[in-house]
Amino acid sequence: MEKLAQYALRLGDDALILGQRLSEWCGHAPALEVDLSLANIALDQVGQATHFLNLAGAIEAKGRDGDALAFHRDVMDFTNCLLVEQPNGDFAQTMARQFLYAHYQHLLFEAMRSVQDERFAAIAAKAVKETAYHAKLASDWVIRLGDGTEESRARMIAGLDWMWRFADELFVMDEIDEAAIKVGAGIDKPALRPAWDARIDAALAEAGLERPASRRPVLGGRTGRHSEHLGHLLSQMQFLQRAYPGATW
Amino acid sequence: MSDASKEWPLWEVFVRGKGGLSHRHVGSVHAADAQMALEHARDTYTRRMEGVSLWVLPSAQITASDPGEAAALFEPAEDKVYRHPTFYKIPDGITHI
Repeated sequence: MEKLAQYALRLGDDALILGQRLSEWCGHAPALEVDLSLANIALDQVGQATHFLNLAGAIEAKGRDGDALAFHRDVMDFTNCLLVEQPNGDFAQTMARQFLYAHYQHLLFEAMRSVQDERFAAIAAKAVKETAYHAKLASDWVIRLGDGTEESRARMIAGLDWMWRFADELFVMDEIDEAAIKVGAGIDKPALRPAWDARIDAALAEAGLERPASRRPVLGGRTGRHSEHLGHLLSQMQFLQRAYPGATW
Repeated sequence: MSDASKEWPLWEVFVRGKGGLSHRHVGSVHAADAQMALEHARDTYTRRMEGVSLWVLPSAQITASDPGEAAALFEPAEDKVYRHPTFYKIPDGITHI
């Protein structure tokens, strides 16, 4: 697959898998209003995924659209980061994932708005407003739970502890990113890290939480080496198109 | 049965549809505090471009008229149609009225 198509695919896969994960909360959230919050964010992510996956298909030019890429690839072909495929756990664990990812995604899209390639810039310009809200909402919940009751605090700490080792992968560069930068679509992700650290640390300080200790980062999602969780997610997400290929309504 | 004392308090939600219109009551949300109430109101009532501004206020802060007094409060207005400005002839060519 051409490198730029691969680059678009990664952006789409991140959004798709996170959207699918968040949608698992539908009907199960702690309160009706929170159910709607999470479903809204999930829909925003699926919307972004549609744009990026359609773009990946168009660049690849082999007749695959966003739906084909979402529903007819196997787990090894998915290029999302490991963070977004992590299981929801309890509400605090979900918010820990959302907190780490949404701030990254917001900074990424802020930068991507002004890349030379207008196709990427246009998607980012639309998505950046959504992700600004996602990041704010996630920070608010981390602060609430961290600075809440003894139980909510313990759960928030455990949630962050689970997700933390997957954060470094967000900022890793490889030849796909370098190639995208060369053609005016890529982002220097390590350059986003100081701003991300500052936002994360500010919210954690307000929540009265310690930054989890640095651990050996877990990598591999970008090249298809996934945790065991992704296969289960896909088996549910892809079931209908696998059982009834091409089904529409 | 859920324990009512553990539920978040109720907030009334008002949405301004567009600039120039007043905020209109649209419903209510449960939330632990004002900030959460705004976020819940946003996610519950403005998902389909319904608004440009939101107000929330604690439902407990509303003082309502007593339904038992409705007759005394509102019915006397029923036979006073002259309070409506409907007895004027509007000259032709008058706009913006």
